Amino acid sequence: MFETLILILDATLRVSTPLILAALAGLFSERSGIVDIGLEGKMLGGAFAAAAAAAVFGSAWIGLLFAIGASVCLALIHGFACITHRGDHIVSGVAINTIVAGLTVTLGLDWFSQGGQTPALTGDARFTPITLPFAEQVADVPVIGLIYSELLSGHNILVYLAFAFVPATYWVVFKTRFGLRLRAVGENPHAVDTAGISVALVRYRAVIICGVLCGIAGAYLSTAHNAGFLKDMSAGKGYMALAALIFGKWRPVPVLCACLLFGFLDAVAVRLQGVSLPGIGEVPVQAIEVLPYVLTVLLLAGFIGKAVGPKAIGKPYVKERA
Amino acid sequence: MSDQTHPYAIELEGISKRFGAVQANKDIGLQVPAGTIHGIIGENGAGKSTLMSIIYGFYEADSGTISIDGQQVDIRNSQDAIKVGIGMVHQHFMLVENFTVLENVILGAEGGAVLNQGISAARKELKRLEQEYSLDIDVDAVVENLPVGLQQRVEILKALYRGAKILILDEPTGVLTPQEADHLFRILKSLTEQGVTVLLITHKLREILASTDNVSVMRQGEMVAHRETATTDKEELAELMVGKKVRLKVNKDEAQPQQAVLTAKELSFFDGQGVERLKKVSLELKAGEILGIAGVSGNGQSELLNVLSGITPMASGEIQFAGQTITANAAKTAAQMRDLKMAHVPEDRHKMGLVTGFEAYEAAVLGYHDSSDYNGAILMDRKAMLDECNERMAAWDVRPPNPHLKTANFSGGNQQKIVIAREVEQNPEVLLIGQPTRGVDIGAIENIHEQIVKLRDAGKAILLVSVELDEIMALSDRIIVMFDGAIVGQVDASEADERTLGLMMANAWNEEQGAPE
Repeated sequence: MFETLILILDATLRVSTPLILAALAGLFSERSGIVDIGLEGKMLGGAFAAAAAAAVFGSAWIGLLFAIGASVCLALIHGFACITHRGDHIVSGVAINTIVAGLTVTLGLDWFSQGGQTPALTGDARFTPITLPFAEQVADVPVIGLIYSELLSGHNILVYLAFAFVPATYWVVFKTRFGLRLRAVGENPHAVDTAGISVALVRYRAVIICGVLCGIAGAYLSTAHNAGFLKDMSAGKGYMALAALIFGKWRPVPVLCACLLFGFLDAVAVRLQGVSLPGIGEVPVQAIEVLPYVLTVLLLAGFIGKAVGPKAIGKPYVKERA
Repeated sequence: MSDQTHPYAIELEGISKRFGAVQANKDIGLQVPAGTIHGIIGENGAGKSTLMSIIYGFYEADSGTISIDGQQVDIRNSQDAIKVGIGMVHQHFMLVENFTVLENVILGAEGGAVLNQGISAARKELKRLEQEYSLDIDVDAVVENLPVGLQQRVEILKALYRGAKILILDEPTGVLTPQEADHLFRILKSLTEQGVTVLLITHKLREILASTDNVSVMRQGEMVAHRETATTDKEELAELMVGKKVRLKVNKDEAQPQQAVLTAKELSFFDGQGVERLKKVSLELKAGEILGIAGVSGNGQSELLNVLSGITPMASGEIQFAGQTITANAAKTAAQMRDLKMAHVPEDRHKMGLVTGFEAYEAAVLGYHDSSDYNGAILMDRKAMLDECNERMAAWDVRPPNPHLKTANFSGGNQQKIVIAREVEQNPEVLLIGQPTRGVDIGAIENIHEQIVKLRDAGKAILLVSVELDEIMALSDRIIVMFDGAIVGQVDASEADERTLGLMMANAWNEEQGAPE
């Protein structure tokens, strides 16, 4: 039983990683006032770029760089539409999602002729698990050994990176000058402008950071979690990250908790696939998979606390004509 | 004024600015000696705010120069303005509401990429500034929890923290009680004693006369006069502002109040957060009188209008109107109240009074659009609507008299005329009217006031809500003062003076009298 729990938690960490990265990406973007429903598309684009580059160059790290590059480009398109041209954030985000979903498959077909997939990645072209020091030695120690060797050890570098980004995000958002301006620009851009700071510049920086994080999330999907790019492999994780962002009320640590909760539900769903529980029978997996969204809707409806986002979110900044 | 060896703190020469077809500023010149309070007065739309926005780098002037302490400077954005020592307190505060005072003050002047050192340095500096100018403010308080008077001080603190030597205040007293305003002027006085130069933008003559050293008057984008405050008076300034003699008093005869047409008993209302916004408000409105509701904005006046007009349901209480008894359980909608001949000019014409994307003739029937006057068998009768709109535009002097112009493209005064005409022309028994002249220029104010008095003389009952004390005092026959959702005082207009009303608005009247009412 304990071992099963550890295995589920272990899977939780793995499925939570892209959620955490994407949700933190969304946190930067939305804290600056830019709604980002395009997390999904940026992640998918990143996943494709990572797998394609890794397949060609044989290095997961080069794949990661390409993923970040592709995702940042998409983020800049979103920024150009929303910040420079004051377009509708949702429309721009959905457009990115749609374009990427089609473009990745098309390019994949043209480049690799494998039905839209990239070639299977092996060796250095993937991020492989890292065994923490002494993991094998302590594996037999009861409880702690299992937690250390199974749960904490044996993940790839991107998993550790994702978790390290949480305190880093907290520090940047709440303890630095950039963070202060980021939060201010999402609450009252007029105040930022009159303080002599460029609203557009702060927002562009935010969407670029968002692009970087989404790129890492994408690379994780195709070069760490899986061994290659598959059509639509982000499978709604971007939307779930957005749900986690709202569920965590735009704060790094609660967002982490929300991602872990959603990841846990996902891991449980996988575990319960086809399993018949005594007294209940076979649990429909979809019922568990839908929970993150149901919880988020309940939250937004005000049943669990209250989610109040940045005040200026989704509103283009226009200097008033006095 | 200043002699030649001391250059002016700020000097403008030939500033012009055009927005499309509108010449907002035309060849503006201005000289302000250091350490003085300089008033700039003018009607809405006279170009005051545009001029200040140019000085603060929000807009770039098409031509002209700005000199600070005799040095010509190039101000392209707010950052440049801050650098040369200009600070601005905007009419709508530029504060991040969920930030602390401290965070708001250091925004844009953080002193380093990491906040820590910056914050402790700022804390020390703020303590010093606060004591020097007796601003008393808790730097760790969250701004949204502070009353507006204190929020304004945060704005001043922000400017001083950035080393502002020239402080621009744009309509600073609109949201303040007279007492808070007096406090503000004391602070400004002490600032000038420390060498700060203050530019005060306002359309309130009283403040200019009471607090400034010099005053400049703007009209239609031009600077029309400069005066030493001591040598001018209310009448002269008012005349310069509008370019013709104006009456500061409304001409009206003694009211002839008749029977009560609307009686409200112990009305209560709670907002979405469960805060009691109306606390057992009772009042009686008689035919042939104007009942003024005075109060600092946000003390329940808006809620009172909304409950009386049927827009929001009351929590408890009772309204007697047109032979009906309206209670929480027997509520009436706004449309039903309209049918009972209650007209309502809402406080915010953009949000509630008009659909700004509608053409004038469409906006002119809003709320009465189901009336048979405007409807054929199936479709609306466009011709009837247009005819009526044309007629009203002529009668109310709406400019431009074009029924097809979108309401957004009329000036504030003309939009308001469209709204008021719509309500008054339905010949209501009761007119609820909120902020009738907010954002309306003096010429139109006069016209609107006359129409309100005319309606009263026709034996109708009028409930007037306004944050402009001058307006309340000039129009009302009876005045009720609201504070924190309750009625705290009631006076006859003939006995009302600004001091008494101001104290009531701040709920300090009873204490001053030393006895409960």
